[in-house]
Amino acid sequence: MSLLNVRDLNVRLRGRLAVDGVGFEIGAGELVGLIGPNGSGKTTLMRAALGLVLFQGESSLAALPARARAQAAAWLPQAREIAWPVDVETLVTLGRIPHLGAGQRPRDADRAAVDRALATMDLEGFRARTATRLSGGEQARVLIARALAQETPLLLADEPIAALDPGHQIATMRTFEGIAARGQAALVSLHDLGLAARHCTRLLLLSAGRLVADGAPWEVLTEDRLREVFGITAHFAETADGPVFQPLAVVE
Amino acid sequence: MARLAIGLSVVVLTLFLAALTLGPAPIGPGESLRALVVGDAGPLSLVMREIRLPRALLAIMVGASLGLAGAAMQGYLRNPLADPGLIGVSGSAALGAVLAIQTGIAATVPLGLPFMALAGALVGVGLVLTLAGPRGSSLTLILAGIAISALAGALTSLVLNLSPNPFAANEIVFWMMGSLADRSMVHVALALPLMLLGGLMLASLGRGLNALTLGEDAAEAMGIGLMRLRLVLVFGTAAVVGAATAVAGVVGFVGLVVPHILRGFVGARPGALLWASALGGAAMVLAADIAVRVVLPDRDLKLGVLTALVGAPLFLHLIYRTRREMA
Repeated sequence: MSLLNVRDLNVRLRGRLAVDGVGFEIGAGELVGLIGPNGSGKTTLMRAALGLVLFQGESSLAALPARARAQAAAWLPQAREIAWPVDVETLVTLGRIPHLGAGQRPRDADRAAVDRALATMDLEGFRARTATRLSGGEQARVLIARALAQETPLLLADEPIAALDPGHQIATMRTFEGIAARGQAALVSLHDLGLAARHCTRLLLLSAGRLVADGAPWEVLTEDRLREVFGITAHFAETADGPVFQPLAVVE
Repeated sequence: MARLAIGLSVVVLTLFLAALTLGPAPIGPGESLRALVVGDAGPLSLVMREIRLPRALLAIMVGASLGLAGAAMQGYLRNPLADPGLIGVSGSAALGAVLAIQTGIAATVPLGLPFMALAGALVGVGLVLTLAGPRGSSLTLILAGIAISALAGALTSLVLNLSPNPFAANEIVFWMMGSLADRSMVHVALALPLMLLGGLMLASLGRGLNALTLGEDAAEAMGIGLMRLRLVLVFGTAAVVGAATAVAGVVGFVGLVVPHILRGFVGARPGALLWASALGGAAMVLAADIAVRVVLPDRDLKLGVLTALVGAPLFLHLIYRTRREMA
């Protein structure tokens, strides 16, 4: 089942093509890593797919009415914004907004979804804590929990693990794997190619706004592409502990 | 949460009764309230119904309007220093009123002053929205609001500067200080529909403002239409603040201080802060208007002067507390 279908997507920002003719489809059960150097158009591509920026082309999500889209896909922006000192539970409950009717208060089902999200992100002890007083990494986990509480078929997350400690980075990637295993899907932009190679079922590689590779990690992360797109060399091996990817040096 | 709602309601009701029963004439509270309800065509009924009741009602309406608009503006801009005057409504409403006084419309046309103030608010909001653009961000809205506020302020000064009539200048200066003295039920009838309409518009923003806690991108992705939210916010604020300025003049600090004080009591949730600030604002303006009459009964102390005198130190205290929390 296709959860997101993007075709021939172009985004022009201040006269520059930030996304250039990108097309892909995400189906149920996939954990798709979106990789590429800084400024390659990862964030813009995801925002355009959601219809948050003007674009030319087609996106099945952007074509939906706002409320239906919010029930079909959750979006975790890169900017970790928490404007007011609300408690963690209140913040995570915001994720239920797309499921509530006008003026409706959260129901038992909504509270259960919030509980699941808090448990998944290892935040049960944080319920009553003030979100703005948490550390950066803890805030990042709270915001991921908010997106999880939305319980949508598709999750789009922009560098969700950038601020997390190694333990929570792996745990969060495993959470996304769990989402895919349950028949949902996630599109996650990442800079850590090691985690991308280990956990993603598929990688999309962007370079200067164009989609230059789309496939399984070992198909995408080839020596030539790493040199051309990232300007690095790397060690990539299939081991008894799973795939191991380690960037080694910058190509002169 | 329910405790806060009940507590604030009790405070507002108590202050409302106090405002009704306090006055220069030595009449007991029971007697004056009876005269208000029963009515005997005597002087006491007249005083209660034509002088004290409209004044107390306007205090509630103006206070609730300013508190609600302040909470909505702070929630939308995600900034605790935002104020309903930020989008230029009160400045342009004041300019309309000043022009009404200067040209003599206020003296010759019935209700000329409040209508000119409303017209000023409408023109101001129209200009701000045109300047900010239909898809503009909150930043362009603030910039446009500050520009229009500054322009309205400059034009008001120009009118004062060139005023050939010292009495008109005097009247303008006193009007600008804000007051609820000598208002009638006609003023209530003029302001009430606008305040109800604008109040309902602002009260409908709770969920959108809650979602904005996560930033504009996340809120929009959760199905909140930001363009619509901004229009409802601007027109709602224009209606309530324009009406408040039209009947009471410029009453500062209420929209800034009240949401700030009450934020902690509602767990900082911007949606819940809306109704809490409406009640809190009503209580603050009622209390200030009582104080104006009690502190200097024969000197016509102006309401806006008192709210600024009380509001500024209160605000300094809040800054001090915030600083200590951040340290």
